[in-house]
Amino acid sequence: MSEQNRITINGNEFSFEAGETILEVARRNHIDIPTLCHLRGTVSNGECKICVVEIEGEDSLTASCSSPATDSMVVRTESPEVIAARRTTIRQMLSSGNHNCAVRGSDDRDWTQFQLNVQKEDDSSELCPVWGDCRLQDIAYRYQVSGEGFSKTDIPYHTERVNPFIVRDFSRCILCGRCVQACNEIQVNKAIAFGNRETATKIIAAGDRPLKDSDCVFCGECVQVCPVGALVEKDVRYRVRPWETEKVRTTCSYCGVGCQLDLHVKDGKVVKVSGTEDVAPNYGSLCVKGRFGFNFISSPERLTTPLIRENGEFREASWDEALDLVAKRFGEIKEKHGSDTMGLLTSARVTNEENYVAQKFTRAVLKTNNVDHCARL
Amino acid sequence: MTNTIADVEKADVILVTGSNTTENHPVLSAFVKRAVEFKNARLIVVDPRRIKLAGFAHQWLRPNLGTDVAWINGMMHVIIKEDIYDRTFVGTRTEGFEELKKVVEKFTPEYTEEITGIPAQQIIDAARMYAGAKAGSILYCMGITQHTTGTDNVKSLANLAMVCGNLGIEGGGVNPLRGQNNVQGACDLGGLPNVFSGYQPVNSIDAIKKMEEAWGVSGLSDKVGLKVTEMLPKAYNGEFKALYIIGENPLVSDPDLNHAEKCISNLDFLVVQDIFMTETAKIADVVLPSACFAEKEGTFSNTERRVQRVRKAVEPPGQAWDDWKITCEIATRMGYPMSYENPSAIFEEIATVTPSYAGLTYDRIEDEGLHWPCPTADHPGTPILHTAQFPRGRGQFHAIDFIPPAEKADDEYPMYLTTGRVIYHYHTGTMTRKTDGLNERSSGNFVEITPDDAQKHDLKDGDMVNVASRRGDITAAVKFSDKAVEGTVFIPFHFAESAANKLTNAALDPISGIPEFKVCAVRLSKAA
Ligand code: SF4
Ligand code: SF4
Ligand code: SF4
Repeated sequence: MSEQNRITINGNEFSFEAGETILEVARRNHIDIPTLCHLRGTVSNGECKICVVEIEGEDSLTASCSSPATDSMVVRTESPEVIAARRTTIRQMLSSGNHNCAVRGSDDRDWTQFQLNVQKEDDSSELCPVWGDCRLQDIAYRYQVSGEGFSKTDIPYHTERVNPFIVRDFSRCILCGRCVQACNEIQVNKAIAFGNRETATKIIAAGDRPLKDSDCVFCGECVQVCPVGALVEKDVRYRVRPWETEKVRTTCSYCGVGCQLDLHVKDGKVVKVSGTEDVAPNYGSLCVKGRFGFNFISSPERLTTPLIRENGEFREASWDEALDLVAKRFGEIKEKHGSDTMGLLTSARVTNEENYVAQKFTRAVLKTNNVDHCARL
Repeated sequence: MTNTIADVEKADVILVTGSNTTENHPVLSAFVKRAVEFKNARLIVVDPRRIKLAGFAHQWLRPNLGTDVAWINGMMHVIIKEDIYDRTFVGTRTEGFEELKKVVEKFTPEYTEEITGIPAQQIIDAARMYAGAKAGSILYCMGITQHTTGTDNVKSLANLAMVCGNLGIEGGGVNPLRGQNNVQGACDLGGLPNVFSGYQPVNSIDAIKKMEEAWGVSGLSDKVGLKVTEMLPKAYNGEFKALYIIGENPLVSDPDLNHAEKCISNLDFLVVQDIFMTETAKIADVVLPSACFAEKEGTFSNTERRVQRVRKAVEPPGQAWDDWKITCEIATRMGYPMSYENPSAIFEEIATVTPSYAGLTYDRIEDEGLHWPCPTADHPGTPILHTAQFPRGRGQFHAIDFIPPAEKADDEYPMYLTTGRVIYHYHTGTMTRKTDGLNERSSGNFVEITPDDAQKHDLKDGDMVNVASRRGDITAAVKFSDKAVEGTVFIPFHFAESAANKLTNAALDPISGIPEFKVCAVRLSKAA
């Protein structure tokens, strides 16, 4: 190991590559520095101040996500000063909006009134829609912080519900900027930005208009990266809780990119889709079809039984009857007119295994090479 | 794709043509946009519409519809004349350069401008930019292939990439973007009339013998079969009798639909296996309900040849079955027992008869898919093709001259029509139109047009307009758009109720059999 590029974190020495941030070196060595705003694949903005650490010889604390490691640096990630600073930051965040989860402190006398106000705004008697699935809640729990003692600030902006996919709840936004980075640096849709309206900062789209009237294409990247309950899928909000679902990883069935996604299943139904993090080809990103276009799966219009045409009308049939009929007719036509008068169109929509079986059937059973699919179309 | 999706971010010049990437391959388009915005890549977009990506481009070239061979030859003319081509690559890796040189000789920037409408200087600039790349990536889609000269267009792009030595290197390549999730897999696994799985020719005695042994049959046909675009006309005149359609909806996706419907109705026997009662299923004799992707196990192969797992999350509705199981049952009832315990067993059989998939197993692709060719169990897969040589040894240049599209605008049909998709819908809409939110964002058909052209026809934004071609007519709402270009309208083909494909031309590329969806002549009139 070279003598240069050594950093000491919490008493242990590590080597680093030039350009690595303190956070990166720590994470690589399994030292858990908490973050809220840090987003892989983008330039750190140091916005949330949760990742601060103490560097020996420096007067103030430093954001580890945006500070490069330097040689002989001595870093402490959980010193009393660091913990105190994190607690203050968390408390301010908790008290800045409708963070009505268990950590806000339910013995507070103001809680009842606070909860009633939130219920009115949200039209739900439940706790926060991402309760139990929130990075702010996690970290507040870790540092044992509640929002008590700070009176709730007034919410200057009302919740936006006027698009079919995403609810924007500004009251729960902690202005970490992850959504802005996701939209501008990952999907590069450039729909949202930090905006300064009057005095309070807000994440705005197209000169502070609703998403539906902006350049937003509803990829939902912002929803996936939002650490709190400020951006939530409309159909999921207050309807689906993570502990009620099971996740199954699969491949998107729309275009040829083949994005990896997780189907969230509740009571035998797909209720939500998210991008699978950290794997090729999409590294968590999806488009509007992959993320929101899943309702067809449980559509009442799905075909559920074989149908046979009789006197111009379809009637329901058993599998045995339908399959026997198909086999018999194929057999007759093959006999009478020859194999090459028959064919099969297989599909870009079905699996490799099914395509293989389909062409094998055409060639080995129908005895013709009249097999094609609609990729030309 | 010869290269991977992630590779796009390693290119220093990206040329996108005939692909409205942000709408049809949105996640892939993000790789392009990131390359441009954060990695200093140069972007050239060649597209008749002012698509969103044109807004990111350093150069947007706007060719007349169906003139792709001309601008590509024009670029090569400049590159060869200015001697900025890759001499080493051309000398050591290719053949046929002299013939190519001869053909592109006449495609001076001025001559190219005459055909394509692209100003001569823009052709020169784009040629210099692409040739100047250390690694130049070409991305294309249906806007290149859906022409009577589609095969020529694709070969021309390959010529361009080879002239500049952009094949077999990181960040380079000629990269077709597959429109449907498993087109790649359907082709790989033999869903084509001329090849078995792994592109083994059906008229090769060795391949036939191998398959007969593997499948335990005799008498496999050595005659190349019919393409879909050949089956239908034969059905029309009664030579073709029975069709088994799995998961396709040709009655919305085919060109010249009125004619296609007549062909299909003329079959003696039609079986449709699908998840919905599609327009095509409605005229079938037997309809078989199948499971959708969320209800089954298996694999898909994406556009970068990555074989990835599909996993079952929910039960299929009612009595719907996996597609493979239905097909196997029919085979068994026809006297050829086909049965597999599960898709994994089918995949094992695929590996034994398909050299490019031979090294793949479900275990190996559990966490992250692998790129074929993957010939052996310890082969890491092949992210980039042609690094050392081409399948045939040296890369062949194809000297190709320009042929105009099959149909031209004239007095009777003075406007051009081109078709495509919108971001909120997919193909014939049978899946996406079941999600209310997607319908809310894109509720029905439209005719995209410039305000000037609209005014000439006395049309306002939102008016209903009748669009007629020699083959049919439809009515849809006028939509002013800054994507539109003078003289051309665009209509998406998702909407069965006013199907764009009633208008399109079924003229085929003689080799690929792909119809000319992207160009036909139409006439507009205000709907009553
Ligand atoms: S949904 Fe996508 S485009 Fe819209 S704001 Fe979020 S990240 Fe941006
Ligand atoms: S909406 Fe979410 S991701 Fe965006 S700034 Fe607010 S808290 Fe952060
Ligand atoms: S999520 Fe979108 S980009 Fe990704 S595979 Fe599906 S349709 Fe394609």
